Amino acid sequence: MSRKNPTRPINPILPATTFAGRELLCIRGERRVFADLSFDLEPGDALVLLGRNGSGKSSLLRVMAGLLRPAAGVLLRDGKPVADDPEAHGGAARHVGHMDAVKPVLTVAENLTFWANLYGGSSEGVMIALERVGLGHLATLPGKMLSAGQKRRVNLARLLVAPAPLWLLDEPTTALDKTAVAVVESMIAQHRANGGIVVFSTHVDLAVDARPLVLDDHIPANREPLP
Amino acid sequence: MMVAFADIVRRDVRLALRQGADSLTVVAFFIIGVVLFAFGVGPEMAVLERISAGVLWVMALLASLLSLDRLFQTDYEDGSLDLLALTPTPLGVIVAAKVTAHWLTTGLPLIATAPVLAVLLNMNTAGFGALMLAMILGTPTLSLIGAVGAALVLGARRGGVLLSLLVLPLYIPVLVFGVSAIDSAVMGMATQAQFFILGALLLGTLVLCPWATQAALRQAVE
Repeated sequence: MSRKNPTRPINPILPATTFAGRELLCIRGERRVFADLSFDLEPGDALVLLGRNGSGKSSLLRVMAGLLRPAAGVLLRDGKPVADDPEAHGGAARHVGHMDAVKPVLTVAENLTFWANLYGGSSEGVMIALERVGLGHLATLPGKMLSAGQKRRVNLARLLVAPAPLWLLDEPTTALDKTAVAVVESMIAQHRANGGIVVFSTHVDLAVDARPLVLDDHIPANREPLP
Repeated sequence: MMVAFADIVRRDVRLALRQGADSLTVVAFFIIGVVLFAFGVGPEMAVLERISAGVLWVMALLASLLSLDRLFQTDYEDGSLDLLALTPTPLGVIVAAKVTAHWLTTGLPLIATAPVLAVLLNMNTAGFGALMLAMILGTPTLSLIGAVGAALVLGARRGGVLLSLLVLPLYIPVLVFGVSAIDSAVMGMATQAQFFILGALLLGTLVLCPWATQAALRQAVE
C-alpha cells in the first residue's frame, strides 16, 4: 500500500484529522467477518474498500462510524480512542448508508434542514448543498415524490450542509445517474483538497484516486467465534 | 443540545401532524373503547359511575400502547435512527426529545378527551379535577415506559404483540394510583398520597427510561 498521496490538501479548511484502526475484529451473528484489520489515514487521504459481497465492507464502515462496536481492536481519531467520546465522533464523521432517511411527508429542504441543524449547519448551507447535488429546483417537493436516485442525492447533500472531516460512504453511487456520479467524484475531490478523509465502498469505477483496502485479505482463518 | 432537543421535537410533531391519521387514531380508539364499555355495561348510571375511573385509565393505557410502535419504527426502517445515533447530540437527549414529541401528539389529546368521556360515563363531578391531574402526571410516564419497550422490540417480528407483553405490566402502577386518586376524590378523601406517587413515578421514569431506551437503541442499530 503506497503512502504517496497525489491529492495532498491544497487548501485545508477542515480541522486536520487523522483516523486509524488497529487490529480490528468484527463479529456479526456469532461469525467473524474480518480480523486483524488495520489502517492509517491522514488529511486528504481516500480509502476504497474492496471485496466480495458479504466480505464486511458495510460492517467496516459501520464500525468506523461508531454504530458497530469492534469485537477487538481500537479506532483512533487524532490518536485518541473513538469510543471515549462517541458524540465528538458523531460531530466529526458522516455516514452515508444504504438507506436514505428521507421522510416522505417532509419537503426536500425540510428533510435536509433537520440534519443541518443537528450538525450545526445553517439554512443557507442547505440551499447551497441542494444546488450542488442538482436538487435546488425540487426543494419544496415532499420526500415521497422523489425517485431512488433523487433520495440518494438528498442523502449525499447531508455531507455538505455542515463540515465534517471524515466521510464514510457505503456505495454512494447506488441509483445515481452519470451526472450525479460525476458530482460525487467532484465532492470527494473537493473534500480531500479541503483536508478531509474519505472512506468508501463501491461496485462501479469511481474516478477517485484512492488507496485500496482489500477485505478478502482479512478473512479470518477461523470463521468460528472466539471461545 | 437544547437546540437539538427543540429541533427533534419540532420535526416529530410536524411528522405526526402531516400524517394526521396517527394522533387521530389514538383518540378515536380511546373514544370507541370507552363507548363500547358504556354499551356493554348498559344504561345503569350507578354501575357506569362506579367503573368510570377504571375504564378511562385502562383505555388510556391501551390507546397509548397503540401509538408506541411508530415512536422509533419508521426511523429504524428508513435509516434515520442510524443517523440520529451518529449526531453530536447524546442519544439520551434525542430519546427524551422523541418521547416529548410522542406525548405532545398522543398524551395531550388523550388528556383533552378524557373529561368528555368522563361525562359520558357519568363520573361524579368531584373526580374531574383528580382525573385531569392524574392524567397529566400519568401519561408522560406511559410514554417514557413505552419508549423502552418500543426500542427493545425494534427489528423483532410481530413486535407489536411483544411490545404489549413488555409494556402493559409496567403500566400497572400508573393504573392503580391513577384510578385510586379519582376514587378517593369522589369519596371525599385525601388524594395527596396518590399524586405524590404518580409524581415520583414520573420523576423516576424520567431519569431511568431515556437511559434504558438509548441503550436498547444502540443494540438495535448494531
